[in-house]
Amino acid sequence: MCPEETRFSARCLVRLTVNGQSHELEVEPRVTLLDLLRERLQLTGAKKGCNRGECGACTVLLDGRRVNACLVLAASAEGCAVTTVEGLAQDGRLHPVQQAFIEHDAFQCGFCTSGQIMSALACITEGHTGSNAEIREWMSGNLCRCAAYPQIAEAVAAAARDMSASEAA
Amino acid sequence: MQDFSYARATSRAEALALAAEGDTAILAGGTELLNWLRIGIAAPGRVVDISRTPGMDGVEALPGGGARIGALTRLNDAAQHPLIQHSYPVLSQAILKSASAQLRNLATIGGNPLQRVRCPYFRAEEPTPCNKRAPGSGCAALHGFNEKHAIFGWTEDCVAVQPSDPAAALAALDAVYVTERRDADGRRIPARSFHVLPSEDPTAHTVLEPGELIVSIEIAEPATRSAYLKLRERESYEYATVSAAVVLDLDGEVIRRARIALGSVAMRPWRLDEAERRLQGQRLGGPEVEAAVDAGFAEARPLSSNAYKIRLARNAVLRTLNLATRAS
Ligand SMILES: Cc1cc2nc3c(=O)[nH]c(=O)nc-3n(C[C@H](O)[C@H](O)[C@H](O)COP(=O)(O)OP(=O)(O)OC[C@H]3O[C@@H](n4cnc5c(N)ncnc54)[C@H](O)[C@@H]3O)c2cc1C
Ligand code: SF4
Ligand code: FES
Ligand code: FES
Repeated sequence: MCPEETRFSARCLVRLTVNGQSHELEVEPRVTLLDLLRERLQLTGAKKGCNRGECGACTVLLDGRRVNACLVLAASAEGCAVTTVEGLAQDGRLHPVQQAFIEHDAFQCGFCTSGQIMSALACITEGHTGSNAEIREWMSGNLCRCAAYPQIAEAVAAAARDMSASEAA
Repeated sequence: MQDFSYARATSRAEALALAAEGDTAILAGGTELLNWLRIGIAAPGRVVDISRTPGMDGVEALPGGGARIGALTRLNDAAQHPLIQHSYPVLSQAILKSASAQLRNLATIGGNPLQRVRCPYFRAEEPTPCNKRAPGSGCAALHGFNEKHAIFGWTEDCVAVQPSDPAAALAALDAVYVTERRDADGRRIPARSFHVLPSEDPTAHTVLEPGELIVSIEIAEPATRSAYLKLRERESYEYATVSAAVVLDLDGEVIRRARIALGSVAMRPWRLDEAERRLQGQRLGGPEVEAAVDAGFAEARPLSSNAYKIRLARNAVLRTLNLATRAS
């Protein structure tokens, strides 16, 4: 077991919560969080675009903060809570950010979309939606080869309004 | 990625002990190390994860002014800490212009200045002449693609630049990297001499020794009149073509002291010593200011494809002097 023992070890037991469900898995140390999600847990929402931190398609929340899952070792995520796009909808109802992406036509091929949505959710809760420029800056870690950027920024702004309205209600 | 064995340090002593074992790489945020492992820039047998080592993160005020930033502080947390935002805008801006929002949630301030060159030959997946990848193999960039490479302090053995934004701000602030070692005393390494020029060693990046841990970064007195300008091909999420960090101390309209460091122009953040000397006592906006800045560029030397960077950097300094004047 990696976490408690200090010796170097060739296999790691990883316990983590993904979308509210606990998991315990044995992995090689080189396995990334992204590969664990996609290949061990069959959660393929987080995409493998570049696999080196450049595209943002693998963005997930790790203990509530957005990170590139391709740059995190699964072993390092021991004890953490992970949220992926699969964890957003509640009781069959889409999350306001998902709904806003549909309403604002914020994708074409959809490959970047789950990363965009996870990043957008974090961008909103971090409070970086004060202006279009601020949204564009804080969403710049998510590339979109279809260049749906204007619609993505609109969707983020709309979802931010939505979420603050429902918070106030 | 070649496999390795893994351990997570639970105390600083343990981190130092594990890091000092041979064939061991240190993992902090992992945003550089994982890519090195993939490309083959590093192939350690073991990785020690220091990311949860207690007592090595967070920002605190130092008695008598100044700030200490724990090495494991994530970039976003360092930049958005009130003390850094208010007293060291140059550093806060440099950090927030680095990488992306999600990368900055992983990347640590201690790991950032340890990032290696972005030279495409250094990062190549195929064997390519590169003295930093394979000492003695030559430098493919010298007569190859070198648009983004050095204009200061290069030799024919390596013409790459250190791309870190925070490192440039830290050099302008005369920050100190505080280290610890298992088998020797820790060191206090000035940020302006932390990186190694190719004239000293073309294969090296920094003066840090194997197993030596950066535990914190210390900055002296507040620098409210300071600013960072990053020029790049995209508005966001792109390395600098050139960047400028300026810290000003003013007496009314007169410059008491100006500290200027350029980023992405050399293998280390490049302090413009001569310009700094000549700016002392000058009136802001006066014609002497441009002449003083020009003097700082007397030793700039272009490569085959990057002469434009000299003018770009010179103009960046003038613009950043203005930005810093207006900050407070
Ligand atoms: C797509 C992309 C874009 C980027 N853009 C920018 C940019 O615009 N500007 C910029 O400045 N940077 C940029 N970066 C670089 C990024 O900021 C660095 O990768 C990051 O700061 C490194 O920190 P880390 O904690 O992730 O390092 P790690 O990957 O964990 O560590 C790298 C190496 O540093 C050493 N190390 C780390 N911490 C310590 C310590 N405390 N003591 C001793 N050794 C240590 C280890 O040897 C380790 O092997 C970018 C990176 C990516 C992937
Ligand atoms: S500039 Fe430096 S890093 Fe790039 S190829 Fe030459 S030796 Fe290698
Ligand atoms: S797959 Fe992780 S950033 Fe591209
Ligand atoms: S919708 Fe195609 S990459 Fe963004």
